[in-house]
Amino acid sequence: MELTLTLNGKKMSRLIEPGILLLDFLRSEGCYSVKRGCETSNCGLCTVFLDDVPVLSCSLLAARAQGRRVTTLEGLRQEAEELAAFIAAQGAEQCGFCNPGFMMNAIALLREKAEPSVDEIRDYLAGNLCRCSGYEGQLRGILAFIEWRKSEKGGAAR
Amino acid sequence: MKIVNTSVPKKDALQLLTGQPVYTDDLAPKDCLIVRLLRSPYASAIVKSVNKKAALLIPDIEAVYTWEDLPADAKRFTLAGQTYPEPSPHDHLILDRRLRYVGDPVAIVAGRNEAAVEKALALIKVEYEVLEPLLDPTVAKDNKIIVHPEDDWEALCPVGADNKRNLCAHAESNAGDIEATLADCDIVLDRTYHTKAVQQCMMETYRTFCTIDTYGRLVITGATQVPFHVRRIVALALGIPKSKVRVIKPRIGGGFGAKQTCVSEVYPALVTWLTKKPSKIVFSRYECMTASSPRHETHMRVRLGAMKDGRIRGIDMYAVSNTGAYGDHGPTTVDLTGHKPITLYRTESYRFVADVVYTNNMPAGAYRGYGAPQGMFAVESAVNELAALLGMDAFLLREKNIIHEGDYLPSYYGETNTSCALDRCLARAKELSGWEEKGLCRKLQNGKVRALGMAMAMQGSAIPYLDVGGATLRLGDEGTYNLLIGASDMGTGCDTILAQIAAEVLECDLDAVSVFGVDTDASPYDSGSYASSTTYLTGQAVYQAAAELRRRLTLLAAKLLKCEADEIIFDGKKAAKIDGSGALTLAELAVASQAGNDVALDVTASTKSTASPPPFMVGVAEVDIDTETGEVRPVHYYGVVDCGTCINPNLAKVQTEGGIVQGIGMALSENVTYAPDGRVYENSLMQYKIPSRLDNGRLTVVFEPSYEKSGPFGAKSIGELVINTPGPAIAAAIANAVGARFYELPVTPEQVAMAAAARKKK
Ligand code: FES
Ligand code: FES
Repeated sequence: MELTLTLNGKKMSRLIEPGILLLDFLRSEGCYSVKRGCETSNCGLCTVFLDDVPVLSCSLLAARAQGRRVTTLEGLRQEAEELAAFIAAQGAEQCGFCNPGFMMNAIALLREKAEPSVDEIRDYLAGNLCRCSGYEGQLRGILAFIEWRKSEKGGAAR
Repeated sequence: MKIVNTSVPKKDALQLLTGQPVYTDDLAPKDCLIVRLLRSPYASAIVKSVNKKAALLIPDIEAVYTWEDLPADAKRFTLAGQTYPEPSPHDHLILDRRLRYVGDPVAIVAGRNEAAVEKALALIKVEYEVLEPLLDPTVAKDNKIIVHPEDDWEALCPVGADNKRNLCAHAESNAGDIEATLADCDIVLDRTYHTKAVQQCMMETYRTFCTIDTYGRLVITGATQVPFHVRRIVALALGIPKSKVRVIKPRIGGGFGAKQTCVSEVYPALVTWLTKKPSKIVFSRYECMTASSPRHETHMRVRLGAMKDGRIRGIDMYAVSNTGAYGDHGPTTVDLTGHKPITLYRTESYRFVADVVYTNNMPAGAYRGYGAPQGMFAVESAVNELAALLGMDAFLLREKNIIHEGDYLPSYYGETNTSCALDRCLARAKELSGWEEKGLCRKLQNGKVRALGMAMAMQGSAIPYLDVGGATLRLGDEGTYNLLIGASDMGTGCDTILAQIAAEVLECDLDAVSVFGVDTDASPYDSGSYASSTTYLTGQAVYQAAAELRRRLTLLAAKLLKCEADEIIFDGKKAAKIDGSGALTLAELAVASQAGNDVALDVTASTKSTASPPPFMVGVAEVDIDTETGEVRPVHYYGVVDCGTCINPNLAKVQTEGGIVQGIGMALSENVTYAPDGRVYENSLMQYKIPSRLDNGRLTVVFEPSYEKSGPFGAKSIGELVINTPGPAIAAAIANAVGARFYELPVTPEQVAMAAAARKKK
C-alpha cells in the first residue's frame, strides 16, 4: 500500500507492507534514533511524535501515520541539544540506548508544561525505562534545564 | 589534579542524547541476512531428526543449519568471556544434539527478510526424544539425571568440576578452625538464604553482525564487553584460526555483565563464515529473558558465630550455585559469593564451601556484582539478625567488627587492605540517613509503616595476576593525542575516564584526547570490561603510556633543540629548554614527528595487577510498608561509597544510582521462576518488572574516598560494588517493620503480607 506522511518536516510517499510497524518503517527511513527494547509496549525506547503527541512506534502500524506528521529525534535536533546539554552535565546519559525515547517524551512534557513538578516529571516519564542511570540524574538534568529556561526567558516560558 | 576528579561530560554524550546511529543495529549493512534461532521447547531432549526441506524451499531462505552441519571435529567451548584457559568448562557446541534447557538452539535459519525467516522457523520439523529434566539445584549434585553426560566435556582449569556428578565446580577455602571457633561462641546463628536468578535487562538486547573483509577474514561487529575474548571464542567454535577473526565494538546499549558472555556472536559468525555473506542477529526481548545469561540462583547456608558483647568470631558458608544448562562463569562467580561478604568482618576463622551445579534451567552468567550480591544478602542479613538478637544497633555491631585499612585479609586471598574508608562510610551513612533520630520503624498517618535497614558491601578491582589492561597513546596532528583502548565502554563512560587520566598526565585539555575503541586489529590487547577492572587496570595502562609518551616528547624536543633530555621541561603545551634558550610547541613537535623522525611518538602499555583492592559501600534503605497488602515502596536510599579517588564524580555517582536501583529491583520485584516443565514465566518486561522511575524513591549518594596507591590517581573500582547493598538493607527494613525475617530475594508482597498477618494474630 502507499503511505503518505510528513516525516520530520518532509512530505513523502512510500510503498509499504500493510503490516509494517511504524518503528520498523522509521528505521528503514534512516531514523535510527528510534530503538526497540521490547515486544510488549513496556520500555518507551520507541517513542516518537504523531502530530506532536508522543506515541509508542512499536505498537502502531505505519499505515496509521497516513496523512499525518511524524517526528523523531532526528527532526528535533536543536530542541534536543538544548535539553541534552543538561542531561550530559549530570553524566546521566550512560549507555544512551534509552535516551532518544526518553528525550522525546521529556520534550513533549516540557512543551506541555513549562514547570512540571518532580512528581509530574516522574509520572509523565514513567513509561521510559532506563536500566543504567537510576533515573535521578535524568531528573536532575531536567530540573536544571527548567531553571535555565526560566532565567533565559525571564520568567515562565511559553 | 586538574582534570581527574572533575565531572566533565562524557565525550560521547551529545551523540547519544541526540540519537545518532552509533549502535550495532544502526551500523549493520542493509543487505544482511537475518539470522534467527529455532529453540528447544523442552528442558531436556535429544534431537532425533530434523527435516528442513520445506524451510529451504522458501525463496528468500539462504541456509538452515543444524547439529549435522557442524564440522565433525567441532570442539566444545565456553561462551564465558574470560582469560584463557577459562575456568568455565568447555561445554558448549554451536548446535548440539542434546538440548539442555527450554530455549537451547536447535537450528540456525538465515534468510533475506524477517518474514521468510519466520516462516522457515515454523516449517522446520524436528523429532525430539524428550527426557526428564533436572530443575532443582538443591538435588542436582550426584543426581541420576546428568546434564552433561558427553565425554568431550572438558574443564581446562582445576575448579573441582565433574560433569558426571553435575558439578560445574566445587570450591573450599578456610582460615583457622571454624568448628572450634563456633563451638566456643555464645551465639551461633544458623540460617539458609536463597536468591533467585535475575536478569541484566540492558535496554539493548544481544546483537551482532558479521561480514567478510577484503582479505577474506571474518569481521564481527557487536555489542560485547570482551572483544578479544570474542575473537578467541568464535575462532574456537568455528574451528578457524584466530588470525582470521576481527572483532569491532561500537557503542553498546548496556552490558552489566550480560555481554561478557558470547550469547549472540557464534550464530551469525557461522552463517557468514559458511555463506560468505553479511548476516546479523538481533535477540528479541523474549529471547533475552528466556535464553540469556542471568545471575546465578544461589542457596546459601550461613553459620555466624558471635559473643554476647557483639564480637563476631567466625563465619561459615556453604553455597549451592545454579549454573543452569551451561557453566559460563559458574566456577568464578561463586567465589565472590563467599569471599566478598566474609571479608568485611575481622574474624578468627572462616570457611567457604561451594558447589556449582548443572541443571536444565537457562544457563547463568555474569551480572554486575558477579556472585557477590547473593553472598552479601546472606551474610549481611545474618549480621542484621544477629544485631536484633543481641539487642544491638546494626551500625554499632558493624563498627565493632569491620576490617580497617592495613588489615591482613585471610578470606581475601591473603591480600592487605591497602585503602579503606569503610569506617567513615558507616559514620557518614548513619548521619546522612538520620538513622538515630528516625528510629528503625514508625507508624505513618496513612497506616503504613516506615522502616530503615542497612547493609555494607565490598567488591574487588580487576582480577590480579591474570587480566591485562592495555592502552596505546600517540601524538596526532596539531599536537593532539589519540588514545586507543581495548576496554569496552558500555555506557559506563570509560572512554571519557581513561581520556581524563591521559589528559591529566599529559597536561592537556580533555578535547585534545580522541578515544578509539574497540577493534581487535587496532586496539592494544585488553581483557575487556568486566570484574570492575577498567578504571583500575586499564587506567594504569593509560597512566603508564601517557608518562612514557611524555618522556618521548622530551626526547624528540631535546634532539631538535640539540640538548640533553633532562634539560627540557614539558608543560603540556610546549617543550622548553630550562635555560630559556629555545622551545617547541606541541604542534611543532607533531609536525617534526612526521618528517625525518626516528623517535616513535606512539606508546603502548600493558598492565597487570598484583592485588584487587576492594571498594566499599554502606547503604541505608528507607521504605514504606503497607502491612495489609504487603506492598513495599522505597522512599529513600542512602549510599556512601569509598571507590578511592573518583576520576569523574558525576559518572561515579550515576553508576552508583543505577546500581542501587538495579539492587532495588533484585530486592523487591525481579524474579525468574520456572514452570514445572522448565519454561521461564517472566519472559517479557511486562512480567519481569524492573524498576521504573516511580519505584525507586529518592536516592542520596555521597563519597568517602580513601586513596589506593596502586590505582591511577588513587582510584579503585565502582561499577559492580553498588548493586550489593539494597537486597540485605531492604530486607532488613521490612524485617524491622513487620517483625519477621526474610531469607529469600526478591521479597514479594505476598510474603510480607503473610508475615504481617501472622504477627497480628499473635
Ligand atoms: S519498543 Fe518497548 S515500548 Fe516500544
Ligand atoms: S542510559 Fe542505558 S538504558 Fe538508559
